[in-house]
Amino acid sequence: MNGLLRFKWLVPTLYIVFLLLPIYWLLNMSFKNTNEILGGFTLWPQQFTLENYAKILTDSTWYMGYVNSLVYVVMNTVISVGVALPAAYAFSRYRFLGDKHLFFWLLTNRMAPPAVFALPFFQLYSSLNLFDTHVAVALAHCLFNIPLAVWILEGFMSGVPRELDETAFVDGYPFWKFFVKIFMPTIAAGIGVAAFFCFMFSWVELLLAKTLTSVEAKPIAATMTRTASTSGYELGLLAAAGALTIVPGAVVIYFVRNYIAKGFALGRV
Amino acid sequence: MNTRTPNQKAWWLVMPVVALVAFNAVIPLMAVVNYSVQETFGNNQFFFEGVRWFQEVMQSARFREALQRQLLFTAIILAIQIPLGVAIALAMPRKGIGVSVCLVLMAMPLLIPYNVVGAMWNIFALPDIGLMGRGLNALGWEFNYTRQPFAAWVTLVAMDVWHWTSLVVLLTYAGLSAIPDAYYQAARIDGASRWAIFRHIQLPKLKHVLLIAVLLRFMDSFMIYTEAVVLTGGGPGNATTLLSIDLVKIALGQFDLGPAAAMSLIYFLIILLLSWLFYTVMTKDEQK
Amino acid sequence: MALIHLEQLRHSYLARPRPEAEAPADWALRGLDLKWADGGAYALLGPSGCGKTTLLNLISGLLRPTEGRILFGSRDVTALEPGERNIAQVFQFPVVYDTMSVYDNLAFPLRNRGIAEADVNKRVHEIAALLDLEERLATRAAGLTADGKQKISLGRGLVRSDVAAILFDEPLTVIDPHLKWRLRSKLKELHQRVGVTMIYVTHDQTEALTFADQVVVMLEGQVVQAGTPVELFERPRHTFVGHFIGSPGMNLLPCETDAAGLARFGGVALAQVKGGRGGQGGRGNQIGVRPEYVRFAAAGEGGLPVRIERVSDVGRHRIVDARHGEHLIKALVAEGAPLPEGEGVLVFDPAHTHVYADGWRVETEQA
Repeated sequence: MNGLLRFKWLVPTLYIVFLLLPIYWLLNMSFKNTNEILGGFTLWPQQFTLENYAKILTDSTWYMGYVNSLVYVVMNTVISVGVALPAAYAFSRYRFLGDKHLFFWLLTNRMAPPAVFALPFFQLYSSLNLFDTHVAVALAHCLFNIPLAVWILEGFMSGVPRELDETAFVDGYPFWKFFVKIFMPTIAAGIGVAAFFCFMFSWVELLLAKTLTSVEAKPIAATMTRTASTSGYELGLLAAAGALTIVPGAVVIYFVRNYIAKGFALGRV
Repeated sequence: MNTRTPNQKAWWLVMPVVALVAFNAVIPLMAVVNYSVQETFGNNQFFFEGVRWFQEVMQSARFREALQRQLLFTAIILAIQIPLGVAIALAMPRKGIGVSVCLVLMAMPLLIPYNVVGAMWNIFALPDIGLMGRGLNALGWEFNYTRQPFAAWVTLVAMDVWHWTSLVVLLTYAGLSAIPDAYYQAARIDGASRWAIFRHIQLPKLKHVLLIAVLLRFMDSFMIYTEAVVLTGGGPGNATTLLSIDLVKIALGQFDLGPAAAMSLIYFLIILLLSWLFYTVMTKDEQK
Repeated sequence: MALIHLEQLRHSYLARPRPEAEAPADWALRGLDLKWADGGAYALLGPSGCGKTTLLNLISGLLRPTEGRILFGSRDVTALEPGERNIAQVFQFPVVYDTMSVYDNLAFPLRNRGIAEADVNKRVHEIAALLDLEERLATRAAGLTADGKQKISLGRGLVRSDVAAILFDEPLTVIDPHLKWRLRSKLKELHQRVGVTMIYVTHDQTEALTFADQVVVMLEGQVVQAGTPVELFERPRHTFVGHFIGSPGMNLLPCETDAAGLARFGGVALAQVKGGRGGQGGRGNQIGVRPEYVRFAAAGEGGLPVRIERVSDVGRHRIVDARHGEHLIKALVAEGAPLPEGEGVLVFDPAHTHVYADGWRVETEQA
């Protein structure tokens, strides 16, 4: 490589440093108590403390926030991927009346601003007595997660030759048995990618999650904002809470790290 | 490519999806449409108002300013994130242990809840206790995003770039990985320069991926809410009040159902229209 | 254009390969030494994984050899980039610059070298005429069929008047069968007109034998035999060559060689090895003879008794599957020739009966 190109590695490196800076700052604050944070400016904790984390992990108003979030995210992922699988199969294998329009309509839901749905969702789910339940948030997130899951799965399924299906049918497999025992393992990577994205978009979305919950199913986000407004700025606590929300994401990425590049190809790139 | 056989029974496979999405999309939208053409004074009494709310919204300076801010924001975001994301993806190693590490670290911002992103940057950019705020002040810029509209915009843009550029990087990287080696080999044999390789091999093959990236970034930046609201609350004043923020203020804050509903529909339509325009413009070459 | 000399070439894809004697599988190419004359048409033939693509990529410069040198004429090009070696390579699937027109595709290598536009124009039209692409010059390259695209790839190679050699890596793989022969004839025609060295990698013996003046057969990273198609057919140096070339391939039968070097199969003496037993004391020796040189004995003539299992009619001749003990022997019988029923006696043409020790041919008195 010649000239400037020798420093190519600098580009991703600088970018990653940029990405890590705010996270480092968050971690920095999470290990200080609020007095130290407001009292002075230090690049690392002078009095390293774990009290913020301890508080969160022991106080149920805090840790339940995480639990609630995890509950509805997992519910949503299971529902979204579950119903998307047969639908994606239909789009991939069959032509039926209105199929193109249906597919397009599904994609437009990804373009719907959550802000538009905040109030209507509130009224809809309240009227069904689903306000403040995990189910409500799980279902609400289906609005944008199902179209995404269908889109991703359809891409992967189209890569599997029909001959596989036909062979199974000729061998006498009933449809559901074929689907579960033969087809799904073949597109396992696609299911993983779809589940990853559903998890991701549900975990990070908070406008709808906050709107539809109050106490029982309150996600961690709501707990964090409550802290900020009522008891003044408990910065150390907030920082620790925030840092802990990064953990599930980091864990998930670690598990799919080998598929990230492939996964973003979505089978369609 | 698989051929698809006609089969109307496929509708059964699609029913659960249609049911769930329609439940979440159609019913609320119907409610919104309902509100958008009615007036209420409480007590569940509604009076038909026709297009009055739509006219009010379109003529309101407040809406138009919010729309302008939104368009400016999205334009800046696209102008920065797409070239930056592509450049980073091009500079990334293709093989080796560095790849996994790079990808994992870059994916991290994408999985942080939006409110935490906003809160992180809220503090990070504070002039007294935030690394960035303090640093900028140390360099001579009297930076205070809670008071200065320009500083607020800079912080907002920086936060979004930090948050979402990785999406473009990952998509582009996947696209680059899909280019068969033979193309690069042929270019070496033809004595092509790096620029020629980019222009004639990589860029054409990346068109599909870039389309997805542009559409996704356009839509999501146009709909941005939580991160922005936690960061600046729309301020100082309404300097960073983008469309979603304004809409939620009106709907959930003031409970002005009529105008909120009308604004919602206009908002949704704008996104649909602009997305369709983007899509058409970017795929028109393929009609040739 | 010059003589291409591959000197003591060895290559491994591993960063730290073990010595060859210990782990031959670590090495993709083992000890190659070849000279190719200027302007010849050569084929590299062998099964998948034999190292032919590796060899091609070493010649073109896409790979740097672990050991050894590559010389074009008197120039040592081992350290040079592909663009500097002045070779052209056509890949397995068509590589064209999709967004550019056919004209621009052909002009690309010339423009990269800074050649004047007028000369570029002349040359592009010359080559386009040779390849029957004149009418499509203005079309976008992406719009052509697979064989059209391969022609463009070929054109990008031919367009450089000083190109040292054109290398082909199984270029007909994605071409429709009925267009394959057309492209193949085109290649042969081009070679005769342009006279540039062409090296053609393939696993298809028909392609190799019809295209090349000299065929290099490879197996597991080594050159097994290099010679004209006739040589390869008549005197295969290795059992692999005998078996791989020809359809059906050579018959290989285990034989016993006595101390005097007389090789027998089924009790019938078939060949006389020069100078003794040959190879590992005669164990593991094989007799190789092509079905073309196996015939049925005339009345009263002695030979190997066999039982006829099957006769396949392939048009101009018939392939007879005959069995002796547990061994199957194939014989080619002309269309109208008489064929015994059930049992028969086979005679092998001594001039074409070879003996192989450990896979390699040993000298015999008669062949």
